[in-house]
Amino acid sequence: MNNIFVVFKKQIKDTFTNKSVLLQVILYPVMTLIMENLIRTEGIPDHFYTKMFSAMYVGMTPLISMASIIAEEKEKNTLRVLMMSNVKPWQYLTGIGLYVWMIFMIGAGMMSITLNPANIPFYLLVMGLGAIVSIAAGACVGINGKNQMSATSQGTVIMLLLSFLPMLGMFNDGFAKAARFVYTQHVRELLDEMSFSALKLDGAIIVAVNALLAVTLFIIAYRKKGLE
Amino acid sequence: MIQCNGITKSYTDKKVLSGISFDIPDGQIFGLLGPSGAGKTTLIKILTGQLTFDEGSAMILQKNVKHLSGSDRKKIGIMMDQFGVYERLSCYDNLKVFADIYSVPKSRIMETLKLVGLEDSARKPASSLSKGMLVRLQLARVFMISPDVIFLDEPTTGLDPMTQKQIHRIILDKKKHGCTIFLTTHNMEEAAKLCDTVALLNEGVIVDSGAPDEICRRFNHQKKIVLHLKSGDDVELPHSKESAEKISKLLEEESVEAIHSSEPTLETVFLELTGRKLEEDN
Ligand SMILES: Nc1ncnc2c1ncn2[C@@H]1O[C@H](COP(=O)(O)OP(=O)(O)O)[C@@H](O)[C@H]1O
Ligand SMILES: [Mg+2]
Repeated sequence: MNNIFVVFKKQIKDTFTNKSVLLQVILYPVMTLIMENLIRTEGIPDHFYTKMFSAMYVGMTPLISMASIIAEEKEKNTLRVLMMSNVKPWQYLTGIGLYVWMIFMIGAGMMSITLNPANIPFYLLVMGLGAIVSIAAGACVGINGKNQMSATSQGTVIMLLLSFLPMLGMFNDGFAKAARFVYTQHVRELLDEMSFSALKLDGAIIVAVNALLAVTLFIIAYRKKGLE
Repeated sequence: MIQCNGITKSYTDKKVLSGISFDIPDGQIFGLLGPSGAGKTTLIKILTGQLTFDEGSAMILQKNVKHLSGSDRKKIGIMMDQFGVYERLSCYDNLKVFADIYSVPKSRIMETLKLVGLEDSARKPASSLSKGMLVRLQLARVFMISPDVIFLDEPTTGLDPMTQKQIHRIILDKKKHGCTIFLTTHNMEEAAKLCDTVALLNEGVIVDSGAPDEICRRFNHQKKIVLHLKSGDDVELPHSKESAEKISKLLEEESVEAIHSSEPTLETVFLELTGRKLEEDN
């Protein structure tokens, strides 16, 4: 328990100096606030930008942040010192995961102020659950990558799939079909309706399969590579 | 405290350590002396449970290194190149992470930074430190947790003489507090100055071991008398009857400018045993 908290605390101290993670977390909320408040275009549905950016945010930020933090600690050999200090891998991953989840939720909280107050709890619930899948995927990427460079490039491919497919799907039927297979699409649909009734059975299955896949891949990557 | 019995380790195609055995009593400084590539780092990794090995056994704190528990680990301090620091965090915050893990009181952090002479850099990010300061920060991390056994992999390599001296002082101070210290170096002067026992490692084999001066004494046949002549020539003579006659003759001729004796050092012993210099890459 203590070690999880130590890792979490260390990461919090690093927040304001870790530009790559900070940028990830600030980018979408700031873009959302700007688009929703300043660039109101006629004829666009309510909360259009919030919903679009939220789907991208949930697919991208937790994944890239998680992957880049783990990969950096591997590359700079700080992870090895933690392991030699008897911090267990699961404690480390939980600490970092909690941190990423927390800063993600702060960003989500910022984005939610554009919504009807009644919808905010539902919105945060969906975002919070979605982020967990992304965090597991990010942990896979971080464990697999040899260094930050390779983790970032691997992460970018997955992130493009997760974040941009739902957005492209809004404009193109082919992409829309492909997008059905990623959980971020269903997160987007849930946010569209602001109710769990939007989640059809096939959607629920796809989200569950995505989550299961992320966790399974994570376990395989972890078994194969550990944290070394 | 640290016992090694016939440790052998191969990487896929190549034997890196063969039949390494020694026994380091409590409270001693043990120096593993050898050129780059001899297998020093590999042995430290094995002794600290970071690497598996093929044959033999190793004990530390009366425990098999293959089965070190969490609480055993907390009594072992390790410093090696392959250990990093959090570059964006300050020196203080770097130590704070480990103070928290090891439940060390906060006051120890500044105390330890003072010990290694980094108190003025406590708030500076680790990325702004010079190489010597970085090594001292890593030493601080080890010393802060008050371990019983300390492993230092080339703690002074690449540092200026001033910093080397500071580090030697700290290491000797830790010995006074009862720590057992295992260090590697390719600097024989350092080994002779710090270590109670040294082992000379070459290509994965210990070629000799013992107290530094005892090893040198064993190689006394290397002892030479050097005569510097007025003509500018140097004459090297072994310790022998013939030499004595030659010297007295030269003295009578008043052709001698200076006489000194050259004694074997760990460096020359190593050269004789292996045909290799310790610091061939520098
Ligand atoms: N992971 C590895 N795979 C293969 N060979 C290695 C590995 N690590 C070290 N070696 C080899 O083992 C030998 C000893 O290395 P090392 O223990 O680092 O020497 P030292 O620390 O004395 O300089 C070297 O020849 C090195 O090339
Ligand atoms: Mg080495």
